[in-house]
Amino acid sequence: MAETPGDVNAISKVTFRHRCRMLIDKLTALAIRAGGAGVIAAIILIFVFLFIVVLPMFGGASISLRSEYPLQGPTEALIYTALEESGELGINVFANGEVLFFDLATGLTVATWVAEDAGLNGIKYVQALKGNQNKLALVDHDNKLLVLAPLYRVSFDNENQRVLTPSIEFPYGDEPVAILESDYLNNLASENELEYGEILGLSIVGDDETLTLAVQFNFEESSRVLLAYYEAEEGDVLEDPVEAAIISIEQENAPIILMDESALWLYIVSENGVVRVWSISDKENPELVTSKRVIPANQKITVAQLLLGGSSIMIADDRAIVTQWMILRDENNQYNLSNVRAFNSYSTVTHLLPEPRRKSLLTLDENNRALFLHTTAGRELLRSQSLGDDIESISLSLRANMLYLVDRANQVKVYAVHNEHPEVSWQALWGRVWYEGYSGPEFIWQSSSANNDFEPKFSLTPLAFGTLKAAFYAMLIATPLAIMGAIYTAYFMAPAMRSLVKPGIEIMEALPTVILGFLAGLWLAPIVEQSLFAILLLLLVVPLGFLLFAWLWQLTPVAIRNRISEGWYGLALVPVLIFLVWLTFTIAPVMETLLFAGDLQSWMLQEFGINYDQRNSLVVGIAMGLAVIPTIFSIAEDAIFSVPRHLTNGSLALGATSWQTLTRVVLLTASPGIFSAVMIGMGRAVGETMIVLMATGNTPIMDFSVFEGMRTLSANIAVELPESEVDSTHYRILFLAALVLFGVTFIFNTVAEIIRQRLRNRYGSL
Amino acid sequence: MNKFFTWWKSGAPYIWLNAGAVSISLVVVVGLILMIAAKGMGHFWLSDIVALDYRTSALEDSTKLVGEITGTEFVDAEQYLDSLSPEIKAKAMEKIGDARTVERWLLKTGNREILGRDFRWLDSFWVTNMQKPKDLLMIERVEWGNLYGTLQSVQQAGAQVSSQASRWEEFQTRLQRVDDLRDDIRKLEKGEMSAISFKLEKLRLKGKRLALENKNTPEALKQLGQQEQALYAEYAVYRKELADLYQQIARDSVVIEVMDGQRVTLSMDKIVAAYLPNQMSVLEKLYHYILRFIDFIVADPREANTEGGIFPALFGTVLMVLLMSVIVTPFGVISAIYLREYASQGVMTRLVRIAVNNLAGVPSIVYGVFGLGFFVYFLGGSLDALFYPEAAPAPVFGTPGILWASLTLALLTVPVVIVSTEEGLSRVPRSLREGSLALGATKAETLWKVVLPMVGPSIMTGLILAVARAAGEVAPLMLVGVVKLAPELPMDGNFPFMHLDRKFMHLGFHIYDVGFQSPNVEAARPLVYATSFLLVLVIIILNLSAIVLRNRLREKFKGMEH
Repeated sequence: MAETPGDVNAISKVTFRHRCRMLIDKLTALAIRAGGAGVIAAIILIFVFLFIVVLPMFGGASISLRSEYPLQGPTEALIYTALEESGELGINVFANGEVLFFDLATGLTVATWVAEDAGLNGIKYVQALKGNQNKLALVDHDNKLLVLAPLYRVSFDNENQRVLTPSIEFPYGDEPVAILESDYLNNLASENELEYGEILGLSIVGDDETLTLAVQFNFEESSRVLLAYYEAEEGDVLEDPVEAAIISIEQENAPIILMDESALWLYIVSENGVVRVWSISDKENPELVTSKRVIPANQKITVAQLLLGGSSIMIADDRAIVTQWMILRDENNQYNLSNVRAFNSYSTVTHLLPEPRRKSLLTLDENNRALFLHTTAGRELLRSQSLGDDIESISLSLRANMLYLVDRANQVKVYAVHNEHPEVSWQALWGRVWYEGYSGPEFIWQSSSANNDFEPKFSLTPLAFGTLKAAFYAMLIATPLAIMGAIYTAYFMAPAMRSLVKPGIEIMEALPTVILGFLAGLWLAPIVEQSLFAILLLLLVVPLGFLLFAWLWQLTPVAIRNRISEGWYGLALVPVLIFLVWLTFTIAPVMETLLFAGDLQSWMLQEFGINYDQRNSLVVGIAMGLAVIPTIFSIAEDAIFSVPRHLTNGSLALGATSWQTLTRVVLLTASPGIFSAVMIGMGRAVGETMIVLMATGNTPIMDFSVFEGMRTLSANIAVELPESEVDSTHYRILFLAALVLFGVTFIFNTVAEIIRQRLRNRYGSL
Repeated sequence: MNKFFTWWKSGAPYIWLNAGAVSISLVVVVGLILMIAAKGMGHFWLSDIVALDYRTSALEDSTKLVGEITGTEFVDAEQYLDSLSPEIKAKAMEKIGDARTVERWLLKTGNREILGRDFRWLDSFWVTNMQKPKDLLMIERVEWGNLYGTLQSVQQAGAQVSSQASRWEEFQTRLQRVDDLRDDIRKLEKGEMSAISFKLEKLRLKGKRLALENKNTPEALKQLGQQEQALYAEYAVYRKELADLYQQIARDSVVIEVMDGQRVTLSMDKIVAAYLPNQMSVLEKLYHYILRFIDFIVADPREANTEGGIFPALFGTVLMVLLMSVIVTPFGVISAIYLREYASQGVMTRLVRIAVNNLAGVPSIVYGVFGLGFFVYFLGGSLDALFYPEAAPAPVFGTPGILWASLTLALLTVPVVIVSTEEGLSRVPRSLREGSLALGATKAETLWKVVLPMVGPSIMTGLILAVARAAGEVAPLMLVGVVKLAPELPMDGNFPFMHLDRKFMHLGFHIYDVGFQSPNVEAARPLVYATSFLLVLVIIILNLSAIVLRNRLREKFKGMEH
């Protein structure tokens, strides 16, 4: 049979169609594989992404050399350097009175100002104004003071490049003030029978309206400190001090004097290791509040500085130990210096530099090695190699991201500092930390505050505690109800009722938690507060009432008794329950009057000191228990229901009662399933957000009392994450909280899931 | 006694206790839903307004109060008396006598601008002369909550235009006019004027974009300027029209006498609705009940969400859920098919299955955190940098919005769809697949023409469960796109109609916000219950349909297996 051309066509058509079909088949397989793998990748991505966000917190700090150039300027000594906010420009102050703005990257001078123009005779001392790091106080050789503020104006040039234009302003007027020469001060000197000698050092604090000076001056063989308080309006020339006093310092000739940012405390640190703290809130009558030796007798203090906020003083001694001290009231209400923590340096510390905006500091030792520390976290972030030879001066930019070093040979080195998250350490997150102003180490979560010198308190422990507490009380209520309900539903309940109860409970699982939370916070909490005793009484009355009813039922004639089979007990008890609740709420007020003088809460407070919070753990436990019951119920019910029938039949055939069969055979077989149900329920309780958010006061306290609230990890995330600055430490810690939640629930669920799978296999083999 | 012990030993009491656990759960579930229904739906019923005399703080005199009684409570008489000042206590003791409890009523007095508050607790024994006058009026207002009082006269531009007899009819017709005008204003503001603002914003961004790309030639700028001018001119016309409408709507006013005889003049544009509930029959009340319920669903919220309707929240919820469904269905189904039909069934697949199952148990807030970090800041930030440089520094997609919310919830619900679809796939009898393959169909064809049609209902079940979960989820949405008050809907008449970058309102968040963040919780409470009821209703219906669908499917396959 000859093939016609048409047939050839047909065959090629068929093969073409066949190829097409094969191609489609392959493409589908490819697409499905890609899609499936994609979704699975997305799931992994959640974990990986959270991890990536969290990781940088634990990375520590690093520095890298940016540029190196000879110092530009006069040959006279460089006495002060200040770097501007963004780390592009800086200002150098030289002893001859030249003030040079320079480019940090190249060292080239971009603007100049000379102190002589303002009537100063050279410059002897420069101090940054505590409380406002942008202002500099200059003192010349004739003891004249001038405060200047370097300003940097931002503009954009033709190519849209940012340009900084530096200029100088005089916030307290451009006339220098002779700080030791006014009539007021001369009177003060004669009252104290002394004369002002040479200035040895000074500390200066100021805001827009006031200026406080602590000037250490020479008198005869020793030195004194003059404390002077000026009032000034912005732009006004400083006049005579409003208040002043002279503090005498015994024998030592060159102590370090430090004043805090609000000019309340004056620290006089002598080289031999004694720190004297003066309360200077009254500037005319300073008062010595404490005096303490902070190092062993034969050691010497090398440097001391106040940390941001001025509540802590950092002291380095020649043992190469850096210690942090705080003024605290002791039990006798006396002020005392307390040693909060200590760090080890390499060798004797020569420079100590607190960061302007964080509770971090940087030390430089005699071999020019830098050490980056964070006090709250108690963390050592970086121990560097030697940064250069014979470093004379060291300064940090405001954001602490640039380090400017000048050595004895007038060579400048600029380092970029990467130190984004010094506040985080294992200890700071989970341990007790001694925060400023507290009398001892504590667990505290307090992530933000209105003032800038605030010490963030990032302890996740109270939040984790709150999470577990909420979950505990929820499980306390949910577990018995759910498991007992599951036992009854799976084993005893009539099929007709079961087919209604199961979907009913499933619907309960879908009930939005925001509604449960709303009801708990606005409906249940006031009820519980008003009838606390009745609610507690219910826990006793309901089970006892059920038993009593069961016993009475047992006594009824068989004809009536048999009307209701075991399978319908659940429904039969509904009216009983309603009656019991009504009964409890009726008798509770009477009993409360008899037993607790009508008010359980105040009775508890008086007798046991138990505080009652309206939105407390009891309310959360009830509401969240309700949310968890369906989860536990349906899994436990499945486990019990799928126990093979022949096991139960065998047991019953051997003469066991149904209850015996249940406890000895069914529950034993199903126990892993019930366990996994509880695990999954626990996972749900741990991660639940809306109920705890709405039904508690969200205060991060660590108190196990059922009548107090809590703040959970999840609620904390929901409250704080929207306000948190992207990539800040706070943001990353909240991600860590999410990661912890993710990890914990994932472990719970995995264990539960593996148990269930095993159980399924076992049932299969039975 | 012996009998008791035998009974105890038989285990029967334990069975009763277990049964008790079920009955507690049932009572709680049914009770909660009924309570939400009652409290929520009661909000729309027009209850009678009472006028009563109540003691003043001086006790000598009494003052007239008007309002609705919205709650009752009983307090312990002793505790109650302790809270009073000595003078009042003596009088109160006389009145109470030896009663053990005191009944207190919560009176919704309205008239917030006059009284400073909406609600007042009254001790019932001090109430005298309680009546329900027929002419008491309840006015729902745009601001300051309800007003209770009697209608005195209707005024136009300050001059009285109604007779004593016709004032109510006159009021009604003029109210209708105000209502129509309000509709016109809304149309103008939300329609034409919003469209012009939208176009102007587009032009502004276009100008910025030209500058960024160095294409800001004088011609291009001139063209932009002309378009802008034209739009401004158009806008000016509408603005005039709007001003005109505002003037018209404020033309009429009514004089109302409030409880203490004080007369207030109320401009009609501030009135939303007015009722005379004491004159209404039950049928009339039912009619208004339905109208008020419909209004609740279709109207915008007023007074910081504590009054008015919930339309934007409902719309936002539905739209977000729809978007999520569009994303979650294909991905969930494809993963399930991959896991069941294509992947080799080994340890790896088992692990993946466990992981997928577990994801359903991961706290929803974790998804929210992931969504915020990954979708909003990382993806959104990158999109902005690539495609919307002209909008900087204002973010377009780099800020929470409906797209990211839908994606986050899709990720959250994808396990539900996978599990449900897989279950469906596992129920398709092997014989059917083999039959199809034996007839020469490829795997893809078998899948498409034989397997998938049978799995359809399972997919549907999974989707419904996913939707039910998404509709009730709030915690992650708080991070990725929900706001308490969105100025614009995420879908409107401006091209491209769907604005995926916009923030939206959500029923669940609405409940949280109004219930916990609003300054006047007492007044907002009925509204929260009503919103809750609506949400519960939607979710129950969705779940029930999923359950019914699943049961049907099981029946169907049961028939096939045998």
